[in-house]
Amino acid sequence: MPDLLLELFSEEIPARMQAKAADDLRRMVTDKLVAEGLVYEGAKAFATPRRLALTVHGIPVRQPDLKDERKGPKVGAPEAAVQGFLKATGLASLDEAKIQSDPKKGDFYVALIEKPGRDTLDVLADFLPVIIRTFPWPKSMRWGERSARSGALQWVRPLHAIVATFGPETEEPDVVKFSIDGIEAGQTTYGHRFMAPGAINVRRFEDYEAKLKAAKVVLDAQTRKDIILTDAKQLAFAQGFELVEDQGLLDEVSGLVEWPVPLMGSFDADFLSIPGEVIRATIRNNQKCFVVSDPKTGKLTNKFILTSNIEASDGGKAIVAGNERVIRARLSDAKFFYETDLKTKLEDRLPKFEQIVFHEKLGTQAERIKRIERLAAEIAPLVGADVEKAKRAAHLAKADLLTEVVGEFPELQGLMGKYYALAQGEDASVAAASEEHYKPQGPNDRAPTDPVSVAVALADKVDTLVGFWAILNAAKSAISGLPEKGIRYPLADSEKLPVDLLSFFADRLKVQLREQGARHDLVDAVFALGGQDDLLLVVRRVEALGKFLDSEDGKNLLAGTKRASNILSIEEKKDKRSFDGAPDAALYKLDEEKALAKAIDQVKSEAGAAVAKEDFAAAMSAMAKLRPAVDAFFDKVKVNDDDSKVRENRLKLLNEIRSATRAVADFSKIEG
Amino acid sequence: MDAIPPHMRPERSFQGLILTLQRYWADYGCVILQPYDMEVGAGTFHPATTLRALGPKRWNAAYVQPSRRPKDGRYGENPNRLQHYYQFQAILKPSPPNLQDLYLKSLAAIGIDSAVHDIRFVEDDWESPTLGAWGLGWECWCDGMEVSQFTYFQQVAGVECAPVAGELTYGLERLAMYVQGVDRVYDLNFNGRDGAERVSYGDVFLQAEQEYSRHNFEYADTAMLFEQFKMAEQACRKYLEAGWRDGGNQRQHLMALPAYDQCIKASHVFNLLDARGVISVTERQSYILRVRELAKACGEAWVHTEAGRTS
Repeated sequence: MPDLLLELFSEEIPARMQAKAADDLRRMVTDKLVAEGLVYEGAKAFATPRRLALTVHGIPVRQPDLKDERKGPKVGAPEAAVQGFLKATGLASLDEAKIQSDPKKGDFYVALIEKPGRDTLDVLADFLPVIIRTFPWPKSMRWGERSARSGALQWVRPLHAIVATFGPETEEPDVVKFSIDGIEAGQTTYGHRFMAPGAINVRRFEDYEAKLKAAKVVLDAQTRKDIILTDAKQLAFAQGFELVEDQGLLDEVSGLVEWPVPLMGSFDADFLSIPGEVIRATIRNNQKCFVVSDPKTGKLTNKFILTSNIEASDGGKAIVAGNERVIRARLSDAKFFYETDLKTKLEDRLPKFEQIVFHEKLGTQAERIKRIERLAAEIAPLVGADVEKAKRAAHLAKADLLTEVVGEFPELQGLMGKYYALAQGEDASVAAASEEHYKPQGPNDRAPTDPVSVAVALADKVDTLVGFWAILNAAKSAISGLPEKGIRYPLADSEKLPVDLLSFFADRLKVQLREQGARHDLVDAVFALGGQDDLLLVVRRVEALGKFLDSEDGKNLLAGTKRASNILSIEEKKDKRSFDGAPDAALYKLDEEKALAKAIDQVKSEAGAAVAKEDFAAAMSAMAKLRPAVDAFFDKVKVNDDDSKVRENRLKLLNEIRSATRAVADFSKIEG
Repeated sequence: MDAIPPHMRPERSFQGLILTLQRYWADYGCVILQPYDMEVGAGTFHPATTLRALGPKRWNAAYVQPSRRPKDGRYGENPNRLQHYYQFQAILKPSPPNLQDLYLKSLAAIGIDSAVHDIRFVEDDWESPTLGAWGLGWECWCDGMEVSQFTYFQQVAGVECAPVAGELTYGLERLAMYVQGVDRVYDLNFNGRDGAERVSYGDVFLQAEQEYSRHNFEYADTAMLFEQFKMAEQACRKYLEAGWRDGGNQRQHLMALPAYDQCIKASHVFNLLDARGVISVTERQSYILRVRELAKACGEAWVHTEAGRTS
C-alpha cells in the first residue's frame, strides 16, 4: 500500500518547539486519515531546525465505499413528507426508493444511498492545507508581501517549500496537489544551509532521508543527539576527562543543528576559582556548550564542548577560537560578579530589601524577611533546631537575591547564598539553609533534613502560603491583617487561621496520603470531626483507623455503626426531629440495651483518654470493645418498639453509638 | 568595484566596516539614511523604522544609529559595555523572501566566511514594551557570539504590520571586535591606519564613556529630567491633538513626526532617570506605560499621513 511523505521547509524553528511540532503533525495527519476511513500501518515524524517531516506508510489508495439505508415516510404519506424525503436523500423520484414492509407499521419507503470512496490523493489534497493553516504553534507569524492580506498563512517562521508525495514503493509517486499562500506542494527540498544548499528532488521517505543525509542533514533528532553525545564523550575521554552530561542542553543543542559537529575548546584555568555551578551556568545558558570534569578530582576542568553546525574547511579552528573568546569574556564577567559579591557581607545587603516590594499587599521583602525570622524562631524548638541559628539563617537566607551572580543566573539563588555565607564564616547549618530552605520544590523533590534548614523552609512556606491565601480571600475581613500579626505554629489557632486555608491543607494532605496509598475516605472521616488542625495527628489517626478497619472487629463495628446511622436517619426523617441527649436508664427493658449503654460509657471514656494521649492505636482497641454489644443489640432488640417512649430511648442509644465512635472518626464518611 | 585599499577593509577599520555595510545595502536598493538627530535607545526608535514599518507602502532603508543606554555605562572600564554605541539597521518592507540569504551575504561582505564560521539563527522573540511592538526572529550567532538581531515585525506602536517588515540590527562594535580580533572595544582600529595615523575607538570615545557614566549615574539633573519628561509627554499629546484634520472622506494627520520626536524624547529621559535610580520598581512600570501610550498614539496618527496610509 502507498506511503505519504510530507515535509514543511522553513526558516529556523525554535529548538524548544521542534519535538512537539513533529508530534502534532503526526497526530493531526493520522487522526484525519482515520476519520476519513483510511487506516494506515505506521507513521513517524521528524524535526530539524529547518523542517518538519512526516512519513505515513500503508495507506489505502481509496476510501472504502459507504452504503447507507435511510428510512422514509409510509407509502401514501402526504406529499410534503415525500418531498422532504426526496430532498434529504437526493433521489429524483420515489421510483428510486425501495419499499419495505413492516408487520406492525405497514409499508414504507427506504432510500439506498451509495457514497463511493474518494481517491486518497484527493482526500490528502483537501485536508493537508487545512492542517497546515490550523497548526498549533505556540507563537506564529506573518511575513512577506502576502502578510498585508487578511487570512495570510501563519507559520512559526517563514515557510518556503512543501514536499508532499503519495504512492507505492515500486512506482513513481504522485505529488499531492495543493498550494497555500503561493507555496506549491511538490518534490523539491533543500540541503544544509551552508554545506549543501542546493535543491533536491525527492520521491519517497527512503530516498528523502538518504538524500538529506548526503546533503548534510541528519533528519532524526535522536540520531543527532546520539552523535553529539558520543562525539562529545569521545573528545573528553581522549584528554582523560569526562563529559558532564546534561539532557536538557542536549535536547536544545540537537534542535540548533542539522549536521552536528562537536568540538572542544578551553579557557584559562584561573577561572576555575569561580564555583563550578557558576561556570556551568555561564557556559550552558549563554553559550549552549557542555562542561567537562576531571574524573580524578570530580571537579570541572578548563575545557568545554561546543556543537557546530558545519564541518569547517579549516577543521574548526576559527569556530573554536571564536567560541573561546566569547566564553573568556563571559567568564570574566562571571568572575567579576563573583568577586564583587564577596566584597559585601550578606547582612549589609539587607537594607536594600526595604525598597523592594515583595507584593503590594504583603509589603516589602524586608518585612517578609522579618516575618520569616520570627516564624523560624518559633518553629525551631518544634523541629529540634537551635533558635539563634534558625534566626540567623532566616536573616541571611534571601540576601543572595541582591548579588550580581544571582541577578545574572536566577537559578543559582540559594546556592550562591550558601557560598557567600561560608565565605564570611557563617556556621555550616546557617549557610546550608540558604540553599536548603527553597526545598522541596515539588512533591517529588527532597525535603530539607538539617533542623535549621527545616525551620527556615517551614517559616518561608507558611509565610508565603498564609500571605497569598489572605490576598485571595481579601474580601473576608476575618483574616485581614493575618500575615502582619504572624501566625502560630502548628496551625493550631483555628480562630485565627481561616477555615478554608485548613481545608486547603486537608485537600493537599488527602492528595499526598492518596499518593502514598491511603484511603481518601478515611482522611475525610477524620477531617469531618472538625478541629483537625494538626497535620501530623491527622496522619496518625488515619493510619490507626486504616489498621482498625482491616480487622474483624473494625469491619463489624463499622457495619454496626452504619446500621445505627441508617436507622437513625430514617426515623429522624419520619419524626422530623433528632434524637440527641442521654438515654434514660429507667426505660431500658432488655439486657442487651443495658449492656450496650454500659459498653458505650466505657468506650467513650477509654477512647477519649487514649485520644488525649495521642495514642490512636489504643483508642481503636477501646472501640473494638463496642462491637459485641452493638452486634447483640441489633440481634435481639427491636428499635421501633410499640411504646413510643421506649422507641425514643432506643433511638437515643443508637445516637450514642454514633457519638462514641466520633472519638476517633466520623464513621458515616467511611465507604464500604 | 575598485579594489578596497587596506585602511578601508572591514577587518582592519571600524569605519571601513560601516562603509562596507552601507555599500552592501545601498547596492540592494536601500535608501541610506544618516543617524536620527535625537538621543535614542536603539536603531528601532528612528522614525525610519518605527513609523515607516507601518502602512502598506514599500520601504527599504539602512542607516547607522548611535544608541544610548545610560544604564550600561561602565566608566570606560568594561571591555565591552558602553552607554553609547552604534547599531547598523536595515529595514525592508515587505520582508523579501530571501532576507536570510541577504543577511548572510552582508556578513560575507564584511569578511565572515560561512565555510569556516558557525553561523546560527537562535530563537529570540523581540518585544519593546515602550514602543508597543513585537516580532519574531532570532539572534544571529557567529561562533557562539551574538552579532545581530533579525526580526519580522508583527506589530509596532500598537498597529498590526501589514505587510510585515524585516529588521536587521547589527551590533557594530561587537562585529568589528570579532573581525578585527580585538577583546577590548577601546582597542578597535577606528580609521584603519597604522602608527601615528592610527585612531582607536578609545581615542574617539573613552573620555566620552567616562564623562557620560559620571553624568548618567551621579549628576544628571533629576529635577530637570522629571520636568522634561512631563513637558515632552504634554507636547506630544498637544501636537497629536493639533494634527488631526477631517479631509474629504477620511481623517488625516499632519504632525505625526514632530509628535513622535517628543515620544522619543520622553523615552530617553525616562532611561536617564532610570539610570540615576530615582524611579522605583512600581513607578517604572507606569513610566513605560506612559511612553507606550504616546508611541501608540503616534502610530495611529502616522497611518493617517501621506506616507503611512493606504492610498
